[in-house]
Amino acid sequence: MTMGNKILSVFRRHRRIGLMALVGAVFMAASPMRADEAVAALPQGTADILWLFIGAVLVFFMQAGFAMVEAGLTRAKNASNIMMKNLMDFSLGAIFYWGIGYAIMYGESGSSFMGWDSSYLFMNAATDGQDFALSAAWFFQVVFAATAATIVSGAMAERTKFISYVAYSIMISAILYPITGHWIWGSDGWLSSMGMRDFAGSTVVHSVGAWAALAGAILIGPRLGKYTSDGKVKPIAGHNLPIAALGVFILWFGWFGFNAGSTLAAVDGLAHVSVTTALAASAGAVAAMITTWIWFGKPDLSMSLNGTLAGLVGITAPCASVSTGSAVIIGLVAGFLVVVSCVFVDTKLKIDDPVGAISVHGVCGAWGTLAVGLFGQHSIDVLFWDEKTAIKDGLFFGGGFGQLWTQLIGIVAVFAFAFCVAFAIFYLIKITVGLRVTEEEELKGLDVGEHGHESYPDFTLNEEF
Amino acid sequence: MKMIMAIIKPFKLEAVKDALADIQIEGMTVSEVKGFGRQKGHTEIYRGSEYTVDFLPKCEIMVAVPEEKVSAAVTAITEAARTGKIGDGKIFVLPIETAVRIRTNEDGEEAL
Repeated sequence: MTMGNKILSVFRRHRRIGLMALVGAVFMAASPMRADEAVAALPQGTADILWLFIGAVLVFFMQAGFAMVEAGLTRAKNASNIMMKNLMDFSLGAIFYWGIGYAIMYGESGSSFMGWDSSYLFMNAATDGQDFALSAAWFFQVVFAATAATIVSGAMAERTKFISYVAYSIMISAILYPITGHWIWGSDGWLSSMGMRDFAGSTVVHSVGAWAALAGAILIGPRLGKYTSDGKVKPIAGHNLPIAALGVFILWFGWFGFNAGSTLAAVDGLAHVSVTTALAASAGAVAAMITTWIWFGKPDLSMSLNGTLAGLVGITAPCASVSTGSAVIIGLVAGFLVVVSCVFVDTKLKIDDPVGAISVHGVCGAWGTLAVGLFGQHSIDVLFWDEKTAIKDGLFFGGGFGQLWTQLIGIVAVFAFAFCVAFAIFYLIKITVGLRVTEEEELKGLDVGEHGHESYPDFTLNEEF
Repeated sequence: MKMIMAIIKPFKLEAVKDALADIQIEGMTVSEVKGFGRQKGHTEIYRGSEYTVDFLPKCEIMVAVPEEKVSAAVTAITEAARTGKIGDGKIFVLPIETAVRIRTNEDGEEAL
């Protein structure tokens, strides 16, 4: 088996891989000037692994971004609890994704509903066959699984029992995320076969996390003091906005790996993906700023930060299928949507989501997925896939409702499944170990209650000091 | 005129403020303080070692009221701040010699 074939077989999730390697090779051969300048070329297979590695470590760093955003937007008395949750959803998630998750998501002897391949369990297949392309694929995928898992942490912050969160983390990484992931990214997944396009995971990663967060936030109820008995909404301000802003910059930084890395190969197209990603995020931030400026009277920082993330989530699905102009529009809409949605969830639905995760990842994830059916262009998408697997033109590019309809089916199906399964998981946790800390502990803070210490002990007087 | 000094649990501040507003007491001074009474502190664990935190966060409210409102104010604070658990705090009532409103130079009860 040649290296190229190996890559092809490993990354069946994206049929574009082998193709891109081929296109790259042809391109190199067709431009003699480049060939003259080139000293010694990295074999394409090695370059692909290298690019996957770079993408994966960038996405891994997003875990730090999530931790900072969540800590900044919540109170000081719960900061250690949030750090611990973000540490553990990756650590436990990685072990369970290694144990079973990857086999369910990418195994090829399962069905269109759920993958299976027992040789992928515990991933010994990679080292037994010295298949380092498989190792790279797993490493790249595990950081995405962790991203889906960690989204829930923010929405259920400041009131969830630590042990219950641990149990949930295991369930989403081992089962929930891999199943819906298989539908869209698995080689024989039923949505994938229908031609649904979710390039880097607006739905696969972000919506799944957000719909789980929605189920959890509904079941656990709002934080004490969030809503008064007569139904008024009281804001609970976060304790460190600069830390939240740092978190958003880290997420934005990591997102270049999230989207551009999802080419899954060292191909020239990753440049276009980087451009659409940068533009949509910027447009999201700008739109959120303008919306809050007009609506609230001042340009609001925490909402504009949400706007940046909204733009990023929105462009995640269409990043390799749309033009740069479309990317700006998608980002603008996402930035506007996220503000409206945050306020709607907070004041109308009365679901307490301290960091706006449901709006950022759920609503804008659905928007981004839908945007493929509106702004998608066959001529761009085909550069990353092939004539047979590329999307149809979107509604605004004369393709009619075909692609839009497929995208919509995907959004609704994933919502229904992820929400119901997550609801069942959280319900099960609620009636067994319990979901919520005691009222007394919530008032004291989860740092002391769950972990026995404070995040900022220097503000505490005690004998030694 | 009396100065009412109440030490309460921090999360009860809002309730106490509203209760005082209900009996037309407008204005108060609040400090974040640390302290303990019979409740004592609690233990925390840092990297496996236990240590005692004696001083717990509390809120101190200072409110100056005319004589006829003292008992109503004390009742309002007591009712609003009570959880029934140890550590609910204390109220002290102190005499005030005089009071002056800086902006207008009014003094005595006029200044409250």
